[in-house]
Amino acid sequence: MSKVAVDVPPKGGFSFDLCRRNAMLSEKGLRPSSFLKTGTTIVGLIFQDGVILGADTRATEGPIVADKNCEKIHYMAPNIYCCGAGTAADTEAVTDMVSSQLQLHRYHTSRESRVVTALTLLKSHLFSYQGHVQAALVLGGVDVTGPHLHTIYPHGSTDTLPFATMGSGSLAAMSVFESKYREGLTRDEGINLVTEAICAGIFNDLGSGSNVDVCVITKGHKDYLRNHQSPNPRTYVSSKGYSFPKKTEVLVTKITPLKEVVEVTEGGDAMEE
Amino acid sequence: MTKQQANWSPYDNNGGSCVAIAGADYCVIAADTRMSTGYNILTRDYSKICKLADKCVMASSGFQADVRALQKVLAARHLIYQHQHNKQMSCPAMGQLLSNTLYYKRFFPYYSFNVLGGLDNEGKGCVFTYDAVGSYERVGYSSQGSGSTLIMPFLDNQLKSPSPLLLPAQDAVTPLSESEAIDLVKTCFASATERDIYTGDKLEIVILNADGIRREYMELRKD
Repeated sequence: MSKVAVDVPPKGGFSFDLCRRNAMLSEKGLRPSSFLKTGTTIVGLIFQDGVILGADTRATEGPIVADKNCEKIHYMAPNIYCCGAGTAADTEAVTDMVSSQLQLHRYHTSRESRVVTALTLLKSHLFSYQGHVQAALVLGGVDVTGPHLHTIYPHGSTDTLPFATMGSGSLAAMSVFESKYREGLTRDEGINLVTEAICAGIFNDLGSGSNVDVCVITKGHKDYLRNHQSPNPRTYVSSKGYSFPKKTEVLVTKITPLKEVVEVTEGGDAMEE
Repeated sequence: MTKQQANWSPYDNNGGSCVAIAGADYCVIAADTRMSTGYNILTRDYSKICKLADKCVMASSGFQADVRALQKVLAARHLIYQHQHNKQMSCPAMGQLLSNTLYYKRFFPYYSFNVLGGLDNEGKGCVFTYDAVGSYERVGYSSQGSGSTLIMPFLDNQLKSPSPLLLPAQDAVTPLSESEAIDLVKTCFASATERDIYTGDKLEIVILNADGIRREYMELRKD
């Protein structure tokens, strides 16, 4: 780095300015704030003509459902999508960042992005942050070398698998895959199996819930099936409806005109900048 | 120096929400039937509501092992009361007994959050609400458990009760009819289930009135 002490605007990356302060505060007993987590079920599998990804749509903050219908299947490239579990901000930021790197790479090479490229960009970023970027991902896509499915852990390790699950509902979803997955599934069989695995997470894992999103990627084509299934409608709506008419009561009103209290002087010091 | 404290906990939280509403001549007590630990559902059909006497029902969330132990103590104490007095305990008497039983374990508490509902000696609805160590109050309505932070403000808005400091003392019972109160309870739970991950599966509603005791069930979201 140059030694010139000029104020150059930061060009991306993380700012570690507050680390020393935060370490001091936590030493004095301040608890760090909690993040929005997508306690999640995300899955993917390879079928006869491509890859299918699936996700639930619940985002939680501790025991509270923060978003009932969020999107967890992120765009990476026209032929590559990525499911994210973990801290919502991290999964979103890391997928956005890599998708823009892939876009630039395509402008440079005039070729379709490969899944391994996305995989390498993601894992090298995650590894360099030693697990502090809390993103657990299922990456799937179809490129010139065929269909690919990978899982990426927050520390940067990766797997290459015919079927994969991640998130707090991964055990429930994997039990469905382990009992029913086989090679050469048709498109409909694949979608049904992914839906069943996500539903296993939705119903048996409290961190997952609401609807099923599915993304089918085949050679030169993709279908993003947002809210493919909505198995959890509200169970009761009052026939009368409810009103919230009670306003805060105004007991006393008193207006003090400021001009009589404050002395206004014209032409004071000009504000800096 | 080796570690001196226990690094395990004898407590768990099994989640769930409870609501009770008192009316002029009825009392509605409701709770969901989900029992969970962490991100796992243990069962979708566990009753949190326990009938303690003919006109006295308790709904409890928290740690269900402690709740069961508490229910057994109260049942035993009530049996002794019946032998000694040849009658059922009244709801206000059971309210005091529950408080005493909780405070008896002040320094190793029952991890249970209770609402007690029933009819008093005049046949009026009564609700008692507790903390884990026996502080209690007679109110017109109350909510306890994991969804109470979502339900209580809604009840406050719909059933604003008179201040307990007013003189002469105002009646705390709600102005709703029995069917309106049941409708309100159903809405409370349908809404709490939307946003609280520990509330769901099924709603059990117990209604006490002059005719006796009646139970109703309603399905809730199962995710």
